[in-house]
Amino acid sequence: MAAFLQSIGYNSLILPALLIIPTVGALLVWLHGATLKGADEAAQEAGAMMARRLTFAILLLEFILSAGLWWSFDASSAAYQATIDWPWISAWGARFALGIDGLSLMMVLLTTFLMPLAVLGGWTSVRHKVHAYHVLMLLLTMGMLGVFVARDLFLFYVMWEVMLIPMYFIVGIWGGERRIYASIKFFIYTMVGSLLMLIAIVYLGWQAGLLEGKPNFAYEAVMALPEFRPMVAFWLFAAFFVAFAVKVPMFPFHTWLPDAHVEAPTAGSVILAGILLKLGTYGFLRLAVPLFPGIALHPTVRAVIIALSVIGVIYGSLVALVQPDFKKLVAYSSVAHLGMVMLGIFAMTRESVQGALMVMIGHGVSTGALFFLIGMMYERKHSRIIADYGGIAKVVPIYATLLTIVALSSIGLPGTNGFIGEFLVMVGAFKTVPVMTTVSALGVILAAAYLLWALQRILYNTLDKPANAHLTDLNWREIGLLAPLLFLIIWMGVYPKPVLSRMEASVGKFVQEVEAKAAAQSVTLNAPGGN
Amino acid sequence: MLLLQEAAAAGAHPLSGSIAEWIWLVPVFPLIGFLINGLLSLRTAAHIGPKDPTAHHAHHDHAHDDAHGHADGHGHDHPAVHPYAGIASLVGPAVLFASFALTAAIFLALSGAHAETPFIKTLFSWMPAGNLAINAAFQVDQLSMVMTMVITGVGSLIHVFSVGYMKEDPGYPRYFAYLNLFVFFMLVLVLGANYPMLFVGWEGVGLCSYLLIGFWFSEKANADAGKKAFIVNRIGDFGFLVAMFLLFSNLGALDFAGVNATASQLSPLVVTAICLFMFLGCAGKSAQIPLYVWLPDAMAGPTPVSALIHAATMVTAGVYLVARSSVLFSMSPVASLTVAFVGAITALFAATIGLKQWDIKKVLAYSTVSQLGYMFIGVGVGAYAAGVFHLVTHAFFKALLFLGSGSVIYAMHQAYHHTGNHDDAQDMRNMGGLRQFMPVTFALMWIATLAIAGIPPFAGFFSKDEILGAVFARTHGSTLADATWLGIPGSALLYAIYAIGLVSALLTAIYMTRMMLYTFHGPNRTGDKERSHLREAPWVMTGPLAVLGVLSLAGGWLNLPTFFPAGPVQALHHWLEPVTGAAALRITNGAEAHLEHSTEYILVGLAIAIAVIGITIAVTRLKPAALVSKSQSPASEGIERVLEHKYFVDEAYDAAVVQPLVGVSRTVLWKGMDVGLIDGLMVNGSSYLARGIGWVGARLQSGQVGTYAWVLIIGVLGVLGAFTLR
Amino acid sequence: MMVAEALALSAVLFTIGVVGVLTRRNAIIIFMCVELMLNAVNLSFVAFSRMYGATGQVFVVFVMTVAAAEAAVGLAIIISIFRHRQTVDLKNINLLKG
Repeated sequence: MAAFLQSIGYNSLILPALLIIPTVGALLVWLHGATLKGADEAAQEAGAMMARRLTFAILLLEFILSAGLWWSFDASSAAYQATIDWPWISAWGARFALGIDGLSLMMVLLTTFLMPLAVLGGWTSVRHKVHAYHVLMLLLTMGMLGVFVARDLFLFYVMWEVMLIPMYFIVGIWGGERRIYASIKFFIYTMVGSLLMLIAIVYLGWQAGLLEGKPNFAYEAVMALPEFRPMVAFWLFAAFFVAFAVKVPMFPFHTWLPDAHVEAPTAGSVILAGILLKLGTYGFLRLAVPLFPGIALHPTVRAVIIALSVIGVIYGSLVALVQPDFKKLVAYSSVAHLGMVMLGIFAMTRESVQGALMVMIGHGVSTGALFFLIGMMYERKHSRIIADYGGIAKVVPIYATLLTIVALSSIGLPGTNGFIGEFLVMVGAFKTVPVMTTVSALGVILAAAYLLWALQRILYNTLDKPANAHLTDLNWREIGLLAPLLFLIIWMGVYPKPVLSRMEASVGKFVQEVEAKAAAQSVTLNAPGGN
Repeated sequence: MLLLQEAAAAGAHPLSGSIAEWIWLVPVFPLIGFLINGLLSLRTAAHIGPKDPTAHHAHHDHAHDDAHGHADGHGHDHPAVHPYAGIASLVGPAVLFASFALTAAIFLALSGAHAETPFIKTLFSWMPAGNLAINAAFQVDQLSMVMTMVITGVGSLIHVFSVGYMKEDPGYPRYFAYLNLFVFFMLVLVLGANYPMLFVGWEGVGLCSYLLIGFWFSEKANADAGKKAFIVNRIGDFGFLVAMFLLFSNLGALDFAGVNATASQLSPLVVTAICLFMFLGCAGKSAQIPLYVWLPDAMAGPTPVSALIHAATMVTAGVYLVARSSVLFSMSPVASLTVAFVGAITALFAATIGLKQWDIKKVLAYSTVSQLGYMFIGVGVGAYAAGVFHLVTHAFFKALLFLGSGSVIYAMHQAYHHTGNHDDAQDMRNMGGLRQFMPVTFALMWIATLAIAGIPPFAGFFSKDEILGAVFARTHGSTLADATWLGIPGSALLYAIYAIGLVSALLTAIYMTRMMLYTFHGPNRTGDKERSHLREAPWVMTGPLAVLGVLSLAGGWLNLPTFFPAGPVQALHHWLEPVTGAAALRITNGAEAHLEHSTEYILVGLAIAIAVIGITIAVTRLKPAALVSKSQSPASEGIERVLEHKYFVDEAYDAAVVQPLVGVSRTVLWKGMDVGLIDGLMVNGSSYLARGIGWVGARLQSGQVGTYAWVLIIGVLGVLGAFTLR
Repeated sequence: MMVAEALALSAVLFTIGVVGVLTRRNAIIIFMCVELMLNAVNLSFVAFSRMYGATGQVFVVFVMTVAAAEAAVGLAIIISIFRHRQTVDLKNINLLKG
């Protein structure tokens, strides 16, 4: 497979192709929508179906193309692969430089994997402005992939903002009742963080390009910068930190998430939980930590961040316990899971960072599936309130089975993907931060408590609401949509080695470089006068 | 070909290349059964689509709880036999038989091979990350094979029993799917070659326990019980996880071989911490104080499940874990004493509760908790073989007791079913005098009762005596006796444990005899109409009972005491020596811990006397004839009330842990912190601030161009003036 | 050389324009006053060009072009406002009100 891909020059074209295909697709769908202006209802309806199919086909193509990365990726190398470096805005020193390594490979695949499913998930629930919705989905795909594959800070920032806008509209137009509040909250929260990041990025670009007289945003150039004075480094790190911490979201920057999740349409929730949140943690892995290892691993800063992560784990779980709304419950559980990721990253051992990546993937799959399942029931009953259900396992046994499996993977039951990630994070983190890891392991208990309690109140107990006796079970489209997710849940729990081995080299390099740099810099941090 | 290569790589282990290479098939058979039954249940369930979902109450057990007082009787008229019940009753037990046969073959191969080291069959690399290298690997050694024999053997019998017991349940294939899945995970638990593999099984059996306890999930009490079991177990799992983290961060290994080889590097403090955290896990899984509360509630599941999971196999996993980690526990006298002491206290505590329970299954549940306490006394004092011995015999007689009670409940339920009675089919006050209606069950249950009470020559006598003897033997000249535990000298504590063990044995004899008397003796209290419908269970149920009866009778031969003149003396002890022998020797400072025969005779005499006294007390003091049926019984008072309500521990936990946790989460964290402080004050607060500033600014915008022009002119004149005057 | 006189005239015209803009309410008159101000500026440009070269005259051409465009756009706006409101009184036109 690898040889075949090599022979067709796969690596030299795949990454730009992944960005161009959805862009062109968005254009196509938009044009198709434009031709329907003024058409009668039947034609509109047919056109809407065409838009769904077209988008699904484009995203499926995207997934099939990206799947080649699985084989073409050289797991033994920690360097960027499938790189391209095209001039872009040369006056500003911004280049169109792309590449993937072990940190981003799985994120790219997760994105291309989830997006077609997300379109399927909104197949019947999105009924108005269908074309606009799908154009936004395609643009969103492009933006998210762009963030993951960028090797240029400026490109990174542009893509970061590109993906914000479609999400804003998806929540704001196709969302629930309080969608405007939720979307604006989401937008402003994210924007505040990302503007601070922009300042830091511009500063870094100028510093890197000092000799050339124009900025240089290439990752390599920025990473190679000599270390900053501690105060400067601290504020730059803080700027990145806020941007990413909002996205993660870390306690106490998390309150946009429950609102956005609750109001977003199903596909929006899936993407939000499945991919968007990971951009925050990915940002820490890719930029914030490697750029400022001295600050990130400074005992105080690190202790604060780890404390916030662990608070997130416990706090998210506890608040999830008492949510009456199932979507909100899952949203708070995301806060807990992502806290686990942050713990893994900042514990800074190879096991814990690999575990953090596994949790990122696992959470994307499991929570994505959970939101799909919630959406399917919402389409039937138009309620997300747990108390409106009860005992429906008798009526919808397939739904009940799938929901149980997915919930169990979210709980982190061994044999599912959830366990691998959490176990690796904790077993690795225990070496550096034993007490905090022990506290976060309490989240294991709470996760079982909130999800099983919710399951019981939805699926089990007495079926006491007559309206629920006539719910219909999942249809083939829905089962087919969930099947790949379930496959991943089990496969990554039973045989995660192929996934782990592909991130091994990059994670090793990441941990080693950050530790080495931090060790060198901690000397200066403590030196009198601070350089 | 592949097998041969792997065999070569594994080195010259006597078992490589033998049938033990196929060990992975042992758990795979039940997994296949799970898949088949699971598909059957899903397929049909999807097509049945009940119009009236509340009509499915055609099951036999009810949680004897006020919650089930509602009128659900109409469902009893036509038990809905599942369309694929035939396939399920074929597949379910068949996969167990296959596993059992293969296990027996491997067991024989192992006993012929005299392997001093475990045979490890590595399937694939499971979690390679950083320095962590965890394989999906199975371990064949003496301990794991004993456990596997018990699980597949007793499991097969219980599966057969289930065919009779559950046949008429509409969820029949689902039941067998769960049961097969349980056996799969249980086998992974005992066969796994490293702690994470063990943990997979550990959590997996917890899951199946959850699913099976809540099998009749339409009643809230059942679903509650399942959830409670899972969550309480998770508290224990937390301890297990932390123990694994400690092991990995200190030793860098998590496989049994690696841990045992390097364990001597651990400092005493660390090894004690590891053992105590691990024991927290055991306390959760094996229902020891303070985490025992889930097991009595778990009786909400079908009775064969109680027999398999909550008596014979899963709940003994904690004992297995301690025996498996005997190297670690033997290094920490403090942790070992803790295990033994908690076991002793649990044994006594549960036995007292067992004295006043009316539900036949609850009596057995507390009896299980109590007997598990005994096993922990055994493995706690370093008598690992004795603990495992009691585990095996307990599996025999307690499975028999549970299945026997299942047979009783089945009969009661059938009788109630015929007459449309809605009384509690599990309350002993509604039974009485059943011996004339169910003679087979009656006789077999008496065998099991005598076994658990400790009457020779039944199995329980030997294993219980072995444990108590071991405790006594270690009061002098062992590392435990020399240690201090919370300021108490070890030998004093061991004497106390021995005494508590004796008292518990007395109570065990009393409450078991009480159960038998109330159930089978005295006058019948089922009611006149129902009496004519009381029948012995069909052969598919009594057959397994009979096999278990034989095992309960003869199980003692597995490990006869040393003073025994003939027979396989200490067979199990010697069999387990390669696994636990070294650790046991460490506890006893290298000497074989054997008492003088004269002392031993005295101890044995004492144990028998205690058992006989207990039975005598029960027979003479209890008056089955004076009992009235449940509905007419007055509420108990004083100490009886405390016992009947299990010392109000559930209520205390609820008030001290559950309610505060939920309350604080809701009012302080969610409403206060999240909605109030962060969202209200910070997020929306900042938006109100911005809006306020904007409102002030907006007042300046009149919208009148003329006003703007005036302002402009004034501004220009001001600037010009400023320039001119400068 | 008439520069001073031309500048004085320009100042007078400009002031008339300013006062007109500030005091009148009719959009058309205000618009004419704005034109008056532009032309006053043009006059001063021409006057100054006598002293400083032809650049001023180039500016005048510029200003006239812009003024023409502005007149077109401005009148169009006024007409469309009139169509909506049946009035061009500025008192009633406060769309920019915050």
